[in-house]
Amino acid sequence: MTWDSIIPRETKNEISRSARNDIAREDNARELTYLEAIRDALQYEMRRDPRGLVMGEDVGVFGGAFKLTQGLFEEFGEERVIDTPMSELCMVGAATGMAFMGLRPVVEMQFADFISTGFDSIVQFAATNHYRWGAPVPWVIRAPSGGGLRGGPFHSQNPEAWFVHAPGLKVVAPATPADARGLLLSALRDPNPVIYFEYKALYRSIRGNVPEGEEGIVPIGRAKTARAGNDLSIITYGAPLHEALKAADELARENVSVEILDLRSLKPLDTDAILETARKTSKVMIVHEANLTCGVGAEIAALISQHAFEFLDAPIVRLAAPDIPPPYAPILEDASRPNKEKILQAAKKLLAY
Amino acid sequence: MEFSNELLEQAHYWMRLTRAFDDRLDLLFKQGKLVGGLFSQRGHEAISVGAALALGPDDVITPMHRDLGAYFARGMTPARLMSQYMGRATGPSGGRDANLHGCGDLSLGIVGFVSHIPQSTPVAVGMAHAFKLKREPRVALNFFGDGGSSEGLIHEALNWASLYQLPVVFIVENNQYAYSTPTKNQMRMPDIAARAAGYGMSGVVIDGNDFFAVHKTTKEAVERARGGDGPALLECKTMRMRGHAIHDNMSYVPKELLAEWEPRDPLLLFEKRLREMNLLDDVKQNELLTRIEREIDAAQAFAENAPMPDPSKLTEGIFAE
Ligand SMILES: Cc1ncc(C[n+]2csc(CCOP(=O)(O)OP(=O)(O)O)c2C)c(N)n1
Ligand SMILES: [Mg+2]
Repeated sequence: MTWDSIIPRETKNEISRSARNDIAREDNARELTYLEAIRDALQYEMRRDPRGLVMGEDVGVFGGAFKLTQGLFEEFGEERVIDTPMSELCMVGAATGMAFMGLRPVVEMQFADFISTGFDSIVQFAATNHYRWGAPVPWVIRAPSGGGLRGGPFHSQNPEAWFVHAPGLKVVAPATPADARGLLLSALRDPNPVIYFEYKALYRSIRGNVPEGEEGIVPIGRAKTARAGNDLSIITYGAPLHEALKAADELARENVSVEILDLRSLKPLDTDAILETARKTSKVMIVHEANLTCGVGAEIAALISQHAFEFLDAPIVRLAAPDIPPPYAPILEDASRPNKEKILQAAKKLLAY
Repeated sequence: MEFSNELLEQAHYWMRLTRAFDDRLDLLFKQGKLVGGLFSQRGHEAISVGAALALGPDDVITPMHRDLGAYFARGMTPARLMSQYMGRATGPSGGRDANLHGCGDLSLGIVGFVSHIPQSTPVAVGMAHAFKLKREPRVALNFFGDGGSSEGLIHEALNWASLYQLPVVFIVENNQYAYSTPTKNQMRMPDIAARAAGYGMSGVVIDGNDFFAVHKTTKEAVERARGGDGPALLECKTMRMRGHAIHDNMSYVPKELLAEWEPRDPLLLFEKRLREMNLLDDVKQNELLTRIEREIDAAQAFAENAPMPDPSKLTEGIFAE
């Protein structure tokens, strides 16, 4: 399967349009897709900061497996948009060396699934370095994550929990175009190694207004109330945010008011915002695409039970993929991922508790 | 290549300092004054010092656990290093990392390593990549062992360095063992340097106990790399003269092998040459050894009197601000 083939026809045309010199639309409306917002942040920051560079497999001439870096090679040249060999472990180690010597590398994993091949370089070297001997490692790894594209076990993974568990890394997972740009700009300017999870399923399916220039920079570590409500809190991040929003719309028709907290950053976690929403609604559902056991949801549930126990009116519910590799057949994949229907079902049970 | 008297004097000092410091560490370990384990440097002095002295002040190194001499030659003081071995606040890692691990200081061009061998190798490659992109005439020098050469990352890093023709030189310290594993159980081919051909870079086998050979070859490779001719793989053959670490009595090493290498001690060979060149006599040698003992005494006193790390700062610095 070529990944080009899963990109719908219209978006292919859109890609070639946006591949022109500047991706910001002529009309300045700045309604961008999630993918365009990421590209815009890369382009903006590389124009602003000559230390910035992008590297990865097929990111240059070809424009990346998802065409996300398209146009950057033409603008910045082969020294700042580097087509690398298939060597993720070396790529991350090299990014660390470049960062030591004053560059600001962004590594693109072709798929988040392949980040495991760079594990030692990330969690043993880069993550521990500042604590051990004080040299900062300012790089960003972009990791195209998640399912919904029928990618099967090795093109659909959500490996964020591994990195949240490793001391010394920052981990972000934006769900909207504005946050995708705003968090990437923060990540690119952060003196620490940041793993930036981006959601393939959102690349071209989600669009929204995206601020320009220095506007709209989203600080790492701050969650956002995506929807205010009183009866139930859904705490989520990444692609399932949009399923949660749809579920909340439906529940609103039944006069149920749902609050949705979009974490945006997974490390550091916005503990205050998590506890605040739990205390406010007293019923909490955590939704993520990654599998259940020791996922980010477990940490959030633990935080709430420890610090907001007396506010709860029901046990905390976690909705996540089961502990299986992401399956391939559509009927299996759909059965494994949290979606609007499952959120609705779980919400109704929780509300009735 | 000419070896100036000044260079040879420096090399003599650093190699003797490395040997004496290593002996002192052994003693301090037995007195219970060091924290954790200890890797002997014995047999590696000509490699670590010879290679490090081939660099200019702006070059960088990613040393491994038998490169104490390279730390000294790059300017890390005995007091800081002794502090590191004693887990004191005044060591480069402030008590957070063990012995030569995490013993980095970028102002000296030294990258601290992690235990995970050979995770420093791609970091050296990345630094060299930065030099090339920034058009800086600097070189990165990476060290790894015969055991480390079996890790897959070495392939990735050598390929990457060669692909982009980066100014990086790889020094393999082949001391014939990786913990208890002799090289014959590590690889079929006798020379790791022979792999260089597969990457289109030069590979050279060097007598790692001969300071002159190590220094001269490294210097050539470094200057070629600096001039844009790309990386090189230099394999220094030596023998690990002690156990893998201090707990290890190396019962698995044949006595005859050690006896064969004993007279090839890098310091003895070097000093013999200095005497032949009329650069060394008994008086000078005694002066040097006395001076070094005094310096190590001072480093030890410094470290023993240095503050312990502050447990109230346990979680500080996990992120850079
Ligand atoms: C990835 C990894 N596996 C295992 C170890 C444990 N270990 C530490 S040193 C060593 C042997 C290293 O041999 P070599 O590279 O030849 O260096 P030497 O100690 O002989 O100088 C081993 C197995 C490690 N540090 N890293
Ligand atoms: Mg060895």
